Amino acid sequence: MKILRTVNTALRALRRNPMRAFLTTLGIVIGVGAVIAMMEIGEGSSAVLKKQIASLGANNLIVLPGAAASTGVSFGGGTSTTLTPQDCVAIIRDCPAIRAGAPIVRVRGQVVYGNKNWVPNTISGTTPEFLNVRDWTELTDGEMFGDRDVANANRVCVVGQTIVRELFGGISPVKARAQIRIQNVAFTVVGVLSSKGANMMGMDQDDVILAPWTTVKFRMSGTAASATAASAASASSDTSSAVNSLSDLYPSKSVALYPTPSAIQAADTPVPVRFTNVDQVLVAARSAPEIPTAIDQMTDLLRERHRINLAMGEVDDFNIRDMTEMTKMLSSTTTLMTNLLLGVALISLIVGGVGIMNIMLVSVTERTREIGLRMAVGARSRDIMRQFLVEAVVLCLVGGALGIALGVGGSILVTALLHWPVQTSPTAIILAVVVSAAVGILFGFYPAWRASRLDPIEALRYE
Amino acid sequence: MALIELIDLYKTYYIGDIDVPVLKGITLTIEHGELVALMGASGSGKSTLMNILGCLDRPTSGQYWLDGEEASGLTGDQRAMVRNRKIGFVFQSFNLLARTSALENVMMPLSYTAVHLSDREARDRAQKALTLVGLSDREHHHPSQLSGGQQQRVAIARALINDPPLLFADEPTGNLDSHTSEEVLQMFEKLNREKGITIILVTHDAGIAQHARRIIHIKDGLIEGPGQAVPAPAGAAGAGGKR
Repeated sequence: MKILRTVNTALRALRRNPMRAFLTTLGIVIGVGAVIAMMEIGEGSSAVLKKQIASLGANNLIVLPGAAASTGVSFGGGTSTTLTPQDCVAIIRDCPAIRAGAPIVRVRGQVVYGNKNWVPNTISGTTPEFLNVRDWTELTDGEMFGDRDVANANRVCVVGQTIVRELFGGISPVKARAQIRIQNVAFTVVGVLSSKGANMMGMDQDDVILAPWTTVKFRMSGTAASATAASAASASSDTSSAVNSLSDLYPSKSVALYPTPSAIQAADTPVPVRFTNVDQVLVAARSAPEIPTAIDQMTDLLRERHRINLAMGEVDDFNIRDMTEMTKMLSSTTTLMTNLLLGVALISLIVGGVGIMNIMLVSVTERTREIGLRMAVGARSRDIMRQFLVEAVVLCLVGGALGIALGVGGSILVTALLHWPVQTSPTAIILAVVVSAAVGILFGFYPAWRASRLDPIEALRYE
Repeated sequence: MALIELIDLYKTYYIGDIDVPVLKGITLTIEHGELVALMGASGSGKSTLMNILGCLDRPTSGQYWLDGEEASGLTGDQRAMVRNRKIGFVFQSFNLLARTSALENVMMPLSYTAVHLSDREARDRAQKALTLVGLSDREHHHPSQLSGGQQQRVAIARALINDPPLLFADEPTGNLDSHTSEEVLQMFEKLNREKGITIILVTHDAGIAQHARRIIHIKDGLIEGPGQAVPAPAGAAGAGGKR
């Protein structure tokens, strides 16, 4: 009630000199406007920056099979064959913190096209999801092989820019439906990846060939793989047997030791089918802060799937690696951006506040007679103090409101004209309102105190 | 009981190490319903006395009884309350708030003490005060749209809004021509006669002082003579100087 009346008085006093009130509050308007625009533009750029760093693979996690051991002799990391493509499917399905995942089967070998040959850094068998995991969905030509190609173990592949340069002389091989031979298996090139450059270790990421993992696993990889392929084939898959007979230019199959069992015999003695294994599973967490959650979820899931009982003294048969270095860079970049914006915001608001204080001091001097009169008719010093303080706060809040409009309008304009990424930031708006009220109290206090200390006799006589 | 009683009042200003005595032992009684003129040359201590009487300043020593209350020892906030309730001020230069309607100017003192009043009650009171000074048709005019005499009447209405028993007029006609001066002075006489408000006119103009029923002369910080004997209304004995 009383404060309402004071606010009313303050508004009336401000209305008596609207031009000056406007100019006074201009500092706050611009300050708050700048803060909001900066925050929105900054948050937009920060989001883009985060995405770009994420595309470097900062959110990626690698699941590797553990070490196999025999009679106390460890064979080193990645030697156990317990990680399956089904694990990958289960991870994508059951771990909410995982955005995408793809199994990877690696081979190494010579690639031949026409009279040229090249040994790529990486030949990976994977699924189309791989590009999604690596934030690498742009292709310069053609398209990624599909899930169907994976299911059918089709001999198709996509190649990186370095391969295009080395094997095809820089001319895209997609239109010509060029066939390359990898370890004597012919692949049709269906797509060319966009350039990704070197990774943080200086490894050329464009020196890559991607093919369906089934093709790599069943048609190319070493003997262990062909053994599993054979067992899988003997179990059921007629595709893979067909595939094998087609792909093996020089059949290396061992002679069957036993006669082929009849259907009834097979049904009577079910052979446990061991799923084929993959070399690693590459997954992407939804965001950098969710990486620890993602690791926990995957660990639990894989222990359950692989029936690892820690209480019984069994150890994990898998390892999960994250990109700690990149994650650190990501978070430090974000902190840097935020601090930078905060600093700019603080400076502009202080400047605005000093402007308010300046004009309020002038206003107190100019209205000395009014203050004297108010004191003469019975205003106590705290009434005067409150009046000027409320005036300053009202000015700041009005300025803050105008500033919010200006800032939001400005950032919309920036998006429209410059196509900069912008993200609305409710935090910035709340912050701006709170800070402008605080600025009003802080910088309005001294002038108000000065006004309240005036001697009514002097004030009335003031010319 | 007298409205104002001053007993041996001193006021000394300290400028650096030098003591400047301004009031040197003033004893004075003003009854309810008097119309008094306070006269004196500049430098006589007239303004200082008015400031103390108006509770804007406090005496160095001596007693000041206002309406049965010792006012010389009050704190700043207490004096503000006394000013609001018991004293109305009219100034030479009107001191109206610019770009504010006459009605709002009159209502202004209410915002400090009469918080219990609703907006409507405050408005009614201000309208009544304006009607009293004959400006009921000008309540939405701004000071710049009013003549000097009208502005001074708005100031009088403002001084009357809290129904004070005491009204100070500090050179109320100093900025007015002789015709409007006469109007304003008649207004004071009317208020004094009809509402019984005690009015103290502070002036250096003997012609204006003639409107008062009693004239107090100040010279060099002392009251000169017993105060001019002027027929006073019943109950208000013109006993200046000594009690």
